[in-house]
Amino acid sequence: MVFLIQQTMLYAIPLMIVALAGIFAERSGVINLALEGTMVFGAFVGVLFVRIMQQGYVFDQSQGQILMVLALIVVAICGALFSLLLSFSAITLKADQTIGGTALNMLAPALVLFFINLIAQQNVLRMASGDAAGWFMIKPSTFGLERDHDFGFLGNLLINKVYLTTYICLAIFIILSIILYKTKFGLRLRSCGENPHASDSLGINVYKMRYIGVTISGALAGIGGFTYALTTANCASTGEVAGYGFLALAVMIFGNWTPLNVAFGGILFGLFKCIAATYSSLDINGDGVYLLAEIGISPYVYRMLPYLITLIVLAFTSKKSRVPKAEGIPYDKGLR
Amino acid sequence: MYKIDPKTGLQKFYAKDGTKSVISAIISILIGMVVGTLIIVIVGLTKDGITPSGIIEGVKLVFFGVFNTGRTAGEITFGFNPVSMGNLLFRATPLIMTGLSVAVAFKTGLFNIGAAGQYLMGTAASLYIALSLPSDVIAPWIIWILAFLAGMIAGAIWGCIPGMLKAFLNINEVITCIMTNWIAANLVTWFFDVHEALKNGSDSGKVGYTRPTATNGVETTDLWLDKIFPGSQVNGGIIIAIIIAIVMYIIMSKTTFGYQLKACGSNRDAAKYAGINDKKNIIYSMAIAGALAGAGAALYYLAGNTEFFWSTYQSLPSEGFNGIPVALLAANHPIGVVFSGCFMSMLNIAGMQLKIMTAYNEYVTDIIIAAIVYLSAFSMIIKMFLNKKKKQKASDSENSDRLEDESQQATQEGGEQ
Repeated sequence: MVFLIQQTMLYAIPLMIVALAGIFAERSGVINLALEGTMVFGAFVGVLFVRIMQQGYVFDQSQGQILMVLALIVVAICGALFSLLLSFSAITLKADQTIGGTALNMLAPALVLFFINLIAQQNVLRMASGDAAGWFMIKPSTFGLERDHDFGFLGNLLINKVYLTTYICLAIFIILSIILYKTKFGLRLRSCGENPHASDSLGINVYKMRYIGVTISGALAGIGGFTYALTTANCASTGEVAGYGFLALAVMIFGNWTPLNVAFGGILFGLFKCIAATYSSLDINGDGVYLLAEIGISPYVYRMLPYLITLIVLAFTSKKSRVPKAEGIPYDKGLR
Repeated sequence: MYKIDPKTGLQKFYAKDGTKSVISAIISILIGMVVGTLIIVIVGLTKDGITPSGIIEGVKLVFFGVFNTGRTAGEITFGFNPVSMGNLLFRATPLIMTGLSVAVAFKTGLFNIGAAGQYLMGTAASLYIALSLPSDVIAPWIIWILAFLAGMIAGAIWGCIPGMLKAFLNINEVITCIMTNWIAANLVTWFFDVHEALKNGSDSGKVGYTRPTATNGVETTDLWLDKIFPGSQVNGGIIIAIIIAIVMYIIMSKTTFGYQLKACGSNRDAAKYAGINDKKNIIYSMAIAGALAGAGAALYYLAGNTEFFWSTYQSLPSEGFNGIPVALLAANHPIGVVFSGCFMSMLNIAGMQLKIMTAYNEYVTDIIIAAIVYLSAFSMIIKMFLNKKKKQKASDSENSDRLEDESQQATQEGGEQ
C-alpha cells in the first residue's frame, strides 16, 4: 500500500505541477502547447547541471539535497527563459499560439538530443556518478539512522524513500494556487484570459500580464520536467518525457482549469500511470498475490487507460467545461 | 501602382497571394538555415576536436548534403548522387502525404496533430493485409491495392474520432488527437505483439520489426524510376503521392465540396448561416486527413523492402509530426506540399550525411525544421511586412509617374504653343 501511494505520487507530482503551468498560461489567455517541450528542456538542463556539479566535485553525496534544490532553481530559470520564445511569438507578434507551441515542442528534443550527442556521444545523458536514489532520495541514512530503521506507517509513507521534490512541488502548487485565487495579481491575470479588453480599460497591461503568465508557466513546466527525470527516469535526459506534457494538458482540461480539480485529476492519472508501469509487480494488499498480473489483461490495456479515460471524461464533461474565454486569441489593442 | 494589370485584367505576378506565400516560405527557410549554420559554427568553435575545416564541411553538408558524393583524398566532393536523390524522393513520399493530411485539416480550421496516430493505424492495416493475404492465390497487385485501401480506411476511421468529438461535443481537436495518437501507439504495438506471423523471425538482430512485404511478393512498382536513380529505394509511390496532391488541389479549390470545407474553416458560424452543414464537413475533413496520412503509411511500408518497428508504444512516428512543418511551409497549398515535402526530406538526408561524415549529428537538421516552423507561425507578419514595403514602393513610383505625366503634358503644351 505504502509502495502504491508513493509510486502514484511520483507520477502524479510532475503532472500536477505541469498542469498548474498550463493553468497559469491559459488563464492569462495563451495556449501553452509547449509544455512538453519545456519539460524536455528542463529535464536536460537539470541533469546537465547535476552532472557538471558532480564533475567539478562541488558537492558530495551527503549534500545531495542542496544540489537538488539548486538544480530546481536553475531549471525554473531556464524553463522560464525557454518559454519566452513562445511569449514573443504569441504575445508580441500575435502569431498562432498552437503553431508556436508545436515549434517549441519540436525544437526542445532536437536541441537537447543535439547537445546530448555532443556531450555523451549517445542518446542519453546520465549523472556523472552514482544514481538518483543514492544522491537524492530521503532514506534512513539521510537522518543518520540505520538502513532498515522503521518509521511506522505514517513515517514510512511520508519520509522513507521519498524525494524532497515531492514536497517542494506540493508547496509550490499550494502557494501558486492561493496567489492565483486570493490576490489582486491573480485576479488581474485571470481577467486577461477572460476579457482582456475590459482589463485593459481598467489600466491593466494585458501584454505584461500574459508575459508573466507564460513565464511562470515555463518555470513550472521546467521544474516538472526535471522532477519527472529525477524521480522516474533515474536522473537521465533522453530528449523525451513520454508525453507527460500533453497528458498534463489533458489533466488541466479534465480539471476544468481550477487547481483543486487539477490536483485530483493529477493523482487519478498518476495512479493509472503507476499501474501501467508496475502492474506486474504490484501487490495491493500485501498478501503476496500479484492480482493485476494474474488477471491476464494485456499490459497495453493498462498503458492505454489514461488516454482512453481522458477521452471518455472529456466527452462527458465537455458541456460543463469552462474554457478561459479569450484563450488562444492574440490580444490586439486596436480591436477594442 | 496597379495590382491588376490594366491591359490583361489579371493580377500582377508579385501581387498574388501565392507569390507572397512562396517568398515568406523562402525567408523562413533561409532564416532557419542561418540558425543551423550558426549552431554548427558556434559549437565548432567552442568544442575542441572540431577543426575549422570540419566546421566548413558541416555547413556545406547542411546546405548541399544531397549532392554529397563521398570523400576523396580527405575532401568532401559534391555532384549528382543518384542514391541520395532517389532516397530523397522515397522519403518525401510519406512526408508529402502527412503534409497533405495536415494541410487539408488546416483549411477546415482544424489542427491535425493526430497524423502520427492515423499514420500508425494505416501502417498496421496495410501491413496486415499485405502480409497475411496469400499471394499464390490472389495476384500481388490486387493485394497491393487492397492493402493501400485498407491503410486509407484505417487512417480515415482514426481521423474520424477527433472529428466527431469536435463536431458533436466541441472538444478541442488538439487534445483528442494527442490522446488518440497514444492510444493508436499502444493498439498497434499490441496488435503486432500477438500476431507472430507478421514479425520478422528469420533475420537476427531484427527483433521488434515486421517482415518486409516483399516476402509475400507485394511491392510498389518501380515505374522505371530505379533506372534514373540506380541503387536507391525510390519507387512509384512518389508518383502516386504527386497525383493525390493534384487531386486534393482540384477538390479543395475547384469543387463545391472543397469550398464548403474552406468556408467552415474561415468562419464556422457564417458557413452554418449559409446553409452548410458544418458538423458533417468537420467530420469529412478529419476523415480525409486521416485517409491521407494512412495512405502515406501504406506507400512507405508497401515499398517491399521497408520494415516497420512495431514496438512503438513509447514513441510516435516522426513522419506524423513532420507533416506539420511540411504543411505550414507550403501555406497549406496541396501542390506546395509536394515541394516542401521534398525539402524536408532533403534536410533529413543532409542530417544523415552530417552524422556519417562529420563530428556533428543529425539533430542539427531537426533544429532547422523547428526554427522554420517557429518562423512560419508568424509568416503572416512576414507577408504583412512584404505588403507594407510594396505599398511604399507603389506610392513612391505613383508620385514619380505623376511627375513624368505632368512634365510630358507641359512639353506637349509647350509644343502646341
